[in-house]
Amino acid sequence: MEYLSYEFGPWGVVSNFKKKKPILVGVVGSGNLEILIEKKDLAGKTKIELETSVRGYKETWTAVLTDFAESQQFPDTLITINDGGATPAVVQLRLSQGSQQWRDENAD
Amino acid sequence: MQIEHSIGIRELSARERIFKVLDKGTFEEILPPSERVFSPHLKILGLPIAFDDGIVIGEGFIKGKKIFIAAQEPGFMGGAVGEVHGAKLTGILKRAAEKKPSAVVLIFDTGGVRLHEANAGLIAISEIQRAMFSARKAGVPLIVLSAGSNGIYGGIGIISRCCDYVIITEEGRLSVSGPEVIESQKGVEEFDARDRALVWRTMGGKHRFLINEAQCFVQDDVEKIRDAVSNYFDKPIPLDFKNLKEEHAELKERIDKYGDSRDAIEIWGKMGIDNPQDVPSLDFDAFVKVANKVLQHE
Repeated sequence: MEYLSYEFGPWGVVSNFKKKKPILVGVVGSGNLEILIEKKDLAGKTKIELETSVRGYKETWTAVLTDFAESQQFPDTLITINDGGATPAVVQLRLSQGSQQWRDENAD
Repeated sequence: MQIEHSIGIRELSARERIFKVLDKGTFEEILPPSERVFSPHLKILGLPIAFDDGIVIGEGFIKGKKIFIAAQEPGFMGGAVGEVHGAKLTGILKRAAEKKPSAVVLIFDTGGVRLHEANAGLIAISEIQRAMFSARKAGVPLIVLSAGSNGIYGGIGIISRCCDYVIITEEGRLSVSGPEVIESQKGVEEFDARDRALVWRTMGGKHRFLINEAQCFVQDDVEKIRDAVSNYFDKPIPLDFKNLKEEHAELKERIDKYGDSRDAIEIWGKMGIDNPQDVPSLDFDAFVKVANKVLQHE
């Protein structure tokens, strides 16, 4: 197991601190992962915490997650990932699925 | 090329299955992923955890009736039962005994106990069993649905048959020991696990329905599954001595009739099905016609 933690931002975006329901996408299966997205007071930052069953891919994770965080710029958002050995492509798909759902919820 | 139109639940995750089966927007999850109640054992073994420990439980409505529901996540460790996973099932059943909903719907999809936490998992099975009987004693019908690709095996297979009703699809399976387990214990002459046709005609939906291990045979279709499930709401089978004795008499009769059969095809022949070897290839409607004919004679 490898544990990785990232903080991105703060973004110049103001968070509307209404109570938001956490969302979960994906499943911890072989070659798959689950992503939990929650609202949290993080001084405007995005925080990503990750546990993966495959060691030694820190650089790839850093690249994929930095790219994701910078393109989405979610303020005060905690993203927790349990990974069962997903490929970067699957990770990216799941992340965009999650951010899409997170935005849809925000729109309400 | 036409892509087959699929609206069933076989390929879905546990959470998706619950959203499909329940009335829209009615699901209230108990211990959702954000509560982070997960297995205390897996991390020690260096294995990834799931925030919900591979099972989703909660309350909702089907056709306007309040029910409790649980669904095992097929993708996480084969739907296997660990300590927390089992405790969540026990909890929803205990709550059912108290709150008396119209039913508890159990969407099982599992290989049985999670071997990584086997002792805790086995204890969990006995706790689930106790909670299950208290829910039944309170008059809450427990409805099991087998429509997933793991089937229902191990302790959960036993638990399923102790529930009021089992609903199964053609692709669903129900047994105690899985094919590979039987082969490794008894040899390939006893059971060839690679023979998928043999596996399905022994443990699959059609056979389970024909010998009344499953009470309802349904197509993998969301609306049909909702109909089948709601059919049993508020219809508990009394858990009493009279019913138990009747069930034992039926089981004895079954062993007397079919106990020396070597294959399900032999059993179907003895049941009075013409051309029993064709049963596995019959489509849904044709099979139901054949099944109803012999089940009426019973």
